Amino acid sequence: MPEDALFAEVLDPGNRADPYPIYARLRRTPVARQRDGAYVVSTHAAIRSLLFDPRLSSEDLPPSRRPRTGNPLKDWLLNPIRNRVANAHRPLIFRDPPEHDTLRGFVMSEFTIARVNGLHGRVAALVDGLIEACRGRDTVCLVDDLSYPLPVAVICDLLGVPEQDEPQFHAWATRLATALEPDARRDEEARRETVATFDAIADYMRALIRRKRRQPGDDMLSGLARRDRPGMGEVDLIATAVLLLVAGHETTVNLITNGMLTLLRHPDELGRLRADPERAPQVIEELLRYEPPVHFRTRKALGDIAVAGTTIPKGAPIVLLFAAGNRDPERFPEPDRFDPDRTDIQHFGFGGGLHYCVGAPLARIEAEIALVALCRRLRDPRLLADPPPYRPGASLRGPENLGIRIGGIL
Amino acid sequence: MSGRAGIVIVGASLAGLRGAEALRRGGYEGPLTLVGDEPYRPYDRPPLSKHVLAGELAADATALPQLLPLRARWRLGSPATGLDRNAKIVRLADGSSLAYDTLLVATGARARRWPGEAEFAGIFTIRGRDEAADLRAALARDPRSVLIVGGGLIGCEAASCCRDLGLPVTLVDPNPTPLARALGTLVGGTLAARMRAAGVDLRPGTQVRALEGEAGQVCRARLADGGSIAADLVIVALGAVRDTGWLSEGGLAADAGGLTCDGACRALTRMGVPDPNIFAAGDVARWPNPLYGGRLIAVEHWGNAVEQAAHAARNMLNPADPQPYAHLPAFWSSQFGLNIKMVGLADGADSVAIVQGSRAAGRFLAVYGREGRTIAAVSFDEARWLPAYAERIAAGAAFPPIHDATDQPAIETRPPGFPPPRPFPASRGRVPEAAHA
Repeated sequence: MPEDALFAEVLDPGNRADPYPIYARLRRTPVARQRDGAYVVSTHAAIRSLLFDPRLSSEDLPPSRRPRTGNPLKDWLLNPIRNRVANAHRPLIFRDPPEHDTLRGFVMSEFTIARVNGLHGRVAALVDGLIEACRGRDTVCLVDDLSYPLPVAVICDLLGVPEQDEPQFHAWATRLATALEPDARRDEEARRETVATFDAIADYMRALIRRKRRQPGDDMLSGLARRDRPGMGEVDLIATAVLLLVAGHETTVNLITNGMLTLLRHPDELGRLRADPERAPQVIEELLRYEPPVHFRTRKALGDIAVAGTTIPKGAPIVLLFAAGNRDPERFPEPDRFDPDRTDIQHFGFGGGLHYCVGAPLARIEAEIALVALCRRLRDPRLLADPPPYRPGASLRGPENLGIRIGGIL
Repeated sequence: MSGRAGIVIVGASLAGLRGAEALRRGGYEGPLTLVGDEPYRPYDRPPLSKHVLAGELAADATALPQLLPLRARWRLGSPATGLDRNAKIVRLADGSSLAYDTLLVATGARARRWPGEAEFAGIFTIRGRDEAADLRAALARDPRSVLIVGGGLIGCEAASCCRDLGLPVTLVDPNPTPLARALGTLVGGTLAARMRAAGVDLRPGTQVRALEGEAGQVCRARLADGGSIAADLVIVALGAVRDTGWLSEGGLAADAGGLTCDGACRALTRMGVPDPNIFAAGDVARWPNPLYGGRLIAVEHWGNAVEQAAHAARNMLNPADPQPYAHLPAFWSSQFGLNIKMVGLADGADSVAIVQGSRAAGRFLAVYGREGRTIAAVSFDEARWLPAYAERIAAGAAFPPIHDATDQPAIETRPPGFPPPRPFPASRGRVPEAAHA
């Protein structure tokens, strides 16, 4: 396989179960130009350097493609305005400073540590209930039974989305999450479908925000919808709420499922976590390195950027291959070994730099509680299929479902 | 290192502790003694001028975590008073003496005091735990008005705390803006505006000539410009004096500006020769920094104490292979709701440019250049990009170092506005003007 086609291999669903050998080949060229002009960055040092490089832009979506008016002067006047309007539809993960910083500041002011820590009991109760519901069965379908419903219930709770509306979100969120995959953006039909989904979810959010403003609760959306938020217009607010909902749906699912898959592949580690739940934080950190929920994110070069011996030209798309950096032998000894006892573990499981995951503390809490409970309460768990079937996404990568045969619930 | 006396570390603060830990981590198994002038185990100083003054944290709740078992003898509350290099002995205030095979000097610095301070109650400095506790207690007694003498980091942080406590604050500094020596007056002007908006009565460009009292209590300051300021609580924040008095007879190149070392953290004698058995780290150490053209620099910041102590320990354990210590100075400060972070040394800069954000928005990153090279960067509520600039400062990149950044204004290079260089550091007991100047 030629080097400039390796990323196409990463995107190939046939390699979803084990992309790591391709990552190892990519790392031989830390910054590898692909045939389509994108630059794939795969070593820990190069990713780290770029995460802190202010010349990387996250506004990597094309500018608005509305038909021209036919009048050059009018186009010249109108296009910047249209682009600004289109920009406001982008959630903050696709925005640059200073707007990004303003929006993120508002989110952080609501996503407080106190609020997240306050969810401990709720998460534990949800996990208990979901496991209890499996009693009497000899198999657990982990995604359907726990990994998916848990984070969904938590994020809906946190945002203040009524429980009965949740099923409606399932399809929307899945649709919008696939829009994060690079292929989806090039496909015109997929793009149209994404736009339609966004319109539907935006309409729902607009109505919900109106209700929150009339009758504010102590949820995050009520807080975000307060009117003293200069720099966050109505459209920004909707985009932010949708982002939180989608991010809460799609990433923690993978963390929990990948986590259980990894533990079932390392039964000694599963046993140690069962015997000593205090190990959970170490286990989660190593999971975020070893099987991260998000494998890569894309950026755009605002100028020529020299990194690791290659100059990325201005305007080029950049793929930060976090999951490859997490397995870089230059950074981590024996990177392909799952070892929760590592002491030096600066992974990219939550990205890094400007766009570092806002929900990291929440994801950690959910994964810790879920994995400890699964290890302690599932009797004799064994994988039904290894590897399990994977969802199509190469970036938000995780099993479609994870069949586990059990000897009962403890 | 095989001698029976072992290693003695004089100074039981951050550098001393981290040095001791690095020695043990590096495999040193011999005797280890830490000498400290205060009766306390090592504690963290940054919170003293912030959370402790604000009353959010007790001064005695600042103990530094010990990262591994040290198996050390602690000689606390008994400062070192002398050094005999021939006999390889450190003398202590309690009359005893300690033999060493290898010595690490980590005595740091002490707050520069107001001459005649003992005359009046109500005059404070901030450096140690006890000083911070005393000042906190006085602030909690609702003084009528606070005067801060000196607009450096400590003075500004103290001013911020006092305003948070709702106390009237006047700050007097001889320079045109606060933090002028660290940041220049262009960037310092932004902070000045912020301080004024927070209600600080800022008096730049003048000095306190004398402090006056009534019935043993300070009540007024006379200024050099002829004015006077009523104040029943005065915080003297005129910087620090390196704690080298105990080295005066030892034949080492030490004065109030620090103990001069070679590039490998080894102390130099007055003849300019390194003593192979004496190392120094932290605020007290002045060494030729290769990142700044070998200029002799002493760095009074947290990160340097940690890094230099570890480096000195490494060289102590590998005397045949001394490695040069290159350190990019860095500090952070929180004040007036701002997070200020700096990398590099800006003094000596001939230009400054805002490269991201804007001063109007109150969130920006400024870089400093000298002769076409980038030498420092400071961020106001914009610290995330600082590592990218630190990398380029260490590499001596051209100024300005990064083009095409997000949120980058049209780059405009301006004079940074540094006050004229300070004369040789004043020693204790000099007139306050010299301390200011």
